Amino acid sequence: MQFMLLFSRQGKLRLQKWYVPLSDKEKKKITRELVQTVLARKPKMCSFLEWRDLKIVYKRYASLYFCCAIEDQDNELITLEIIHRYVELLDKYFGSVCELDIIFNFEKAYFILDEFLLGGEVQETSKKNVLKAIEQADLLQENSPSIVLNYCR
Amino acid sequence: MSDIVEKTLTALPGLFLQNQSVGGPAGVKTSFSSRLGGLVRGITALTSKHEEEKLIQQELSNLKATVSAPTTTLRMMRECMVRLIYCEMLGYDASFGYIHAIKLAQQGNLLEKRVGYLAVSLFLHENHELLLLLVNTVVKDLQSTNLVEVCMALTIVSQIFPREMIPAVLPLIEDKLQHSKEIIRRKAVLALYKFHLIAPNQVQHIHIKFRKALCDRDVGVMAASLHIYFRMIKENSSGYKDLTGSFVTILKQVVGGKLPVDFNYHSVPAPWIQIQLLRILGLLGKDDQRTSELMYDVLDESLRRAELNHNVTYAILFECVHTVYSIYPKSELLEKAAKCIGKFVLSPKINLKYLGLKALTYVIQQDPTLALQHQMTIIECLDHPDPIIKRETLELLYRITNAQNITVIVQKMLEYLHQSKEEYIIVNLVGKIAELAEKYAPDNAWFIQTMNAVFSVGGDVMHPDIPNNFMRLLAEGFDDETEDQQLRLYAVQSYLTLLDVENVFYPQKFLQVMSWVDASLSFLDGFVAEELSQGAAPYKPHHQRQEEKLSQEKVLNFEPYGLSFSSSGFTGRQSPAGISLGSDISGNSAETGMKETNSLKLEGIKKLWGKEGYLPKKEGKTGDETEALPVPQESIIMENVDQAVTKKDQCQVLTQSKEEKEKQLLASSLFVGLGSESTINLLGKADTVSHKFRRKPKVKETKSGETTSAHSMTCSYFSSSSNATYEDDYYLDALQDRGDKELNKFSLNSELLDSESLTELPSVEKLSNCKLSSSPSLFTDNNMEGFHPSQSTAPSVAPETSLASSLLEETSEHMHSELVEVCHNETISVSSYKIWKDDCLFIVWSVSNKSGLELKSANLEIAPAENFKITEQPGCCLPVIEAESIKTFQYSVQMEKPFTEGNLSGFINYQMMDTHSVQLEFSVNLSLLDFIRPLKISTENFGKLWLSFANDVKQNVKVSESQATLPSALKTLQQKLRLHVVEIIGNEGLLACQLLPSIPCLLHFRVHGDVLALWFRSSCSALPDYLLYQCQKVMEGS
Repeated sequence: MQFMLLFSRQGKLRLQKWYVPLSDKEKKKITRELVQTVLARKPKMCSFLEWRDLKIVYKRYASLYFCCAIEDQDNELITLEIIHRYVELLDKYFGSVCELDIIFNFEKAYFILDEFLLGGEVQETSKKNVLKAIEQADLLQENSPSIVLNYCR
Repeated sequence: MSDIVEKTLTALPGLFLQNQSVGGPAGVKTSFSSRLGGLVRGITALTSKHEEEKLIQQELSNLKATVSAPTTTLRMMRECMVRLIYCEMLGYDASFGYIHAIKLAQQGNLLEKRVGYLAVSLFLHENHELLLLLVNTVVKDLQSTNLVEVCMALTIVSQIFPREMIPAVLPLIEDKLQHSKEIIRRKAVLALYKFHLIAPNQVQHIHIKFRKALCDRDVGVMAASLHIYFRMIKENSSGYKDLTGSFVTILKQVVGGKLPVDFNYHSVPAPWIQIQLLRILGLLGKDDQRTSELMYDVLDESLRRAELNHNVTYAILFECVHTVYSIYPKSELLEKAAKCIGKFVLSPKINLKYLGLKALTYVIQQDPTLALQHQMTIIECLDHPDPIIKRETLELLYRITNAQNITVIVQKMLEYLHQSKEEYIIVNLVGKIAELAEKYAPDNAWFIQTMNAVFSVGGDVMHPDIPNNFMRLLAEGFDDETEDQQLRLYAVQSYLTLLDVENVFYPQKFLQVMSWVDASLSFLDGFVAEELSQGAAPYKPHHQRQEEKLSQEKVLNFEPYGLSFSSSGFTGRQSPAGISLGSDISGNSAETGMKETNSLKLEGIKKLWGKEGYLPKKEGKTGDETEALPVPQESIIMENVDQAVTKKDQCQVLTQSKEEKEKQLLASSLFVGLGSESTINLLGKADTVSHKFRRKPKVKETKSGETTSAHSMTCSYFSSSSNATYEDDYYLDALQDRGDKELNKFSLNSELLDSESLTELPSVEKLSNCKLSSSPSLFTDNNMEGFHPSQSTAPSVAPETSLASSLLEETSEHMHSELVEVCHNETISVSSYKIWKDDCLFIVWSVSNKSGLELKSANLEIAPAENFKITEQPGCCLPVIEAESIKTFQYSVQMEKPFTEGNLSGFINYQMMDTHSVQLEFSVNLSLLDFIRPLKISTENFGKLWLSFANDVKQNVKVSESQATLPSALKTLQQKLRLHVVEIIGNEGLLACQLLPSIPCLLHFRVHGDVLALWFRSSCSALPDYLLYQCQKVMEGS
């Protein structure tokens, strides 16, 4: 995967994760163009989009669009499932997730994403394991250092 | 004063935050009152972009003051960092905070560190100079006893890490591969994957450890290692064939539901792992029958098991289909896969329909009948409201374009072009249209009109090769002078009409083309002058351009055929197949700069479905030549037949609605010339054409049978000799059938070879069958010697009559070397010779007992050698050699690693009269050339392979005058190096060979004066160098 963008129906960016090195200028340009293109699509249209030499796979959940860029030889359908799995993870973590959860806790959304996808590849396919990793990190942070250290060793 | 107040204010929310429960499902909704929450709400309340900008700038300047204030605690810093990330996401510059993100990762406690690392990963890219400052922190955290810190460090490394600092952390990460916690092992594998991507050389030494990861007891670790294997196998599949069994076993277990239920996704077992494994198998089985056979069963099972009607099942099915069509074909599987594609294509779900089209596009050249089956769906998709469906349909049509359906297809493409606004699409599409027009144009008027459309829409963005090539065509013309005149006249007339239209603006490049063409017409002088003043290229007479071309030859022609239109300048109208790929490249390089090096161009290739969707041979070999003629005779005949059949069709469908009829008509004009019969069409047997779009199920059945066999033939680049002979003969006949007209055209293409030698060129392929006695003559001087490796002695039947009988039977069928004595004593003499079989090297040692006594316990052994795999062939059973008799020992030798020269040593021992045992040692020299075999591929496949290979070597070799002609250079390369001549274009040649068992190597060469410019490419990094060395040796030696 080359990058993942989350944006609202109004075109506001909610999350961006880039797995390929690009300049800020390029990132902005790509984001602007893509948000425009995706928002202009009609609901019954295909979830895939050819864009430059990339494939865009997108899906809308309530007011939020999830949008991934993959290479042409990658599997579009499984990318849709990656998006869905991410939404499942967010949902489980936040408890029926809504756009506001992601806006106000976007760093959490990033942490979850980083436990699921790493460097653009699926890191862990078991939902249980991903959530365990997140909760462990959260828990440790909440506790006092001595307990943390004991727990870890 | 206000500064201090501001700082206090900024610090307050941070202080509040301390008391909040942060993180954890329960606490997350409470952070609304945070400073970030305030900012978010503030922005949401605003109505104009201008207000937002003001607010954010204010926020940023506050943040700037806070982060650089010495009183700011790490806890406050963490909160600031979150806001900075937010501002950057909104598109504002927060670069002043980058250094603080690094500091936070360095100094903070776990909570702060986590945010610090996150900010770093979001702010910086892997070439950012600040990233170097993070290295020490990463090293420290990797050594931490705290699991969470190690995890964070591994996570950041897997995302961004400066390439040059890899050695600083590599040993630490390697250690983590043995860590007791699976999450650490998994992240370590992914970190190494990242390193493999950015600096493959640095992790080469740990390949063994990757194997351990593949066998890890934890599924997550195993799955992570698949990412590395996918990359490595993609780069060099031959190095990992031995793992095929393991991948198959893993896939079997996954498909069979043997993994923990945790890995199920909507009750489908580990779909991500399944798909990754399928992709790996596809790479491993490509062009490799033996490897493919290992996976047939599991693919069959995967196709069978994936039956749930869920998106994820379709994802697996799709990958399965792709793999089945990538590997060495098996008809049962192909049948099932084709059915699957049908399910996709006919699905009412638009996503599945799209993928069905994509799959069709991928398999279309292997199996054109599949397109015929779905022609009505394809027609419907052509008018689909979703542009992406339309575009994929056009891509599909582009791949089945031929001389008969070109006008309809190009018309559809032009329609789409006129609606497109995105530059990338326009560049891509005009490239394709121009390529098709040049290849298959039915007549002059159509050609000029089409090119006019191309220039007027794409003129500003298109690759410069398109106008250049077009002007060259106009200038040089073809063999028919009147035809050429008409073409030029028509062009000029059409331009005058276009220029007459008022208030229309044409792109600069189009005007350049017009002014160049019309330069001889005085009444356009004013216009031309204006254009010239705008920097248009002035007209140059033909000879002048030729001279310029020659003087620029180094620049222009040193590019590979197909990558550059200009390099095909000598070929007349016939364009090498590579151009079809070239057009995609043009699209990209127009954006990224014109003068890119070749390696950059490779990136631009639209990797539609990987490498192997290739044209059936008919198009590659016979198609180009016939269709290059302005109006091929065959196609006229065929058009007539087409019309007749269309009428028939019309009668049958009288009851259908008008709309249906239109679709039927469109279908018959689009799918003309598809199916396996088209090979015959082109050879002039027009009577079979009528089968083409008669859609009777019976015909379809027989056709699919034929296709399968044709498929199995073309599917393997390394087709067996019997197939090759068949094809060659076919081609030869075809050429002769077509008679003199074609030959004349041929001769135009080459200044060096006369037409006679060209007709015989295809027979070159026969030589590779190594039938010594009947080597057909290749060149007029007819002193063909057959192939032999570096030794200059011609192979021949064994010279020693006493040993002649010992030559194996199969020797007569294959090329072999002379029998050479390798060692002897008073009792025995050991000789050996090599047989260059198609798939391996055979070495035969023949031991002759000169004495009058029986030798007992005779045993010959070959010592294991580093680079070779030596297998004894059955044959020598009794350890006894009777008096005055000969016994042979045969070994097959496979090379495991490319090398230039090698040695095989061994010994023979025997006992005489129950007395002492005697041992004699010997050795045999092996050269790389012993393992090189001709690779029979079409020009298309050559072009595709060429672009897919990353390793190349270029060298100019000076040769003696006698060598500096194309025929003699060709002959040398063919005979001494066993290269297969794929095509000759002017003074350039394309040759191909393979290193056994199946590493292809391609050679592009051109003769220029007494310099031979050689350019090798291969999938194996060492092979080009070695071959170049051998090439230089034979060129200088002869």
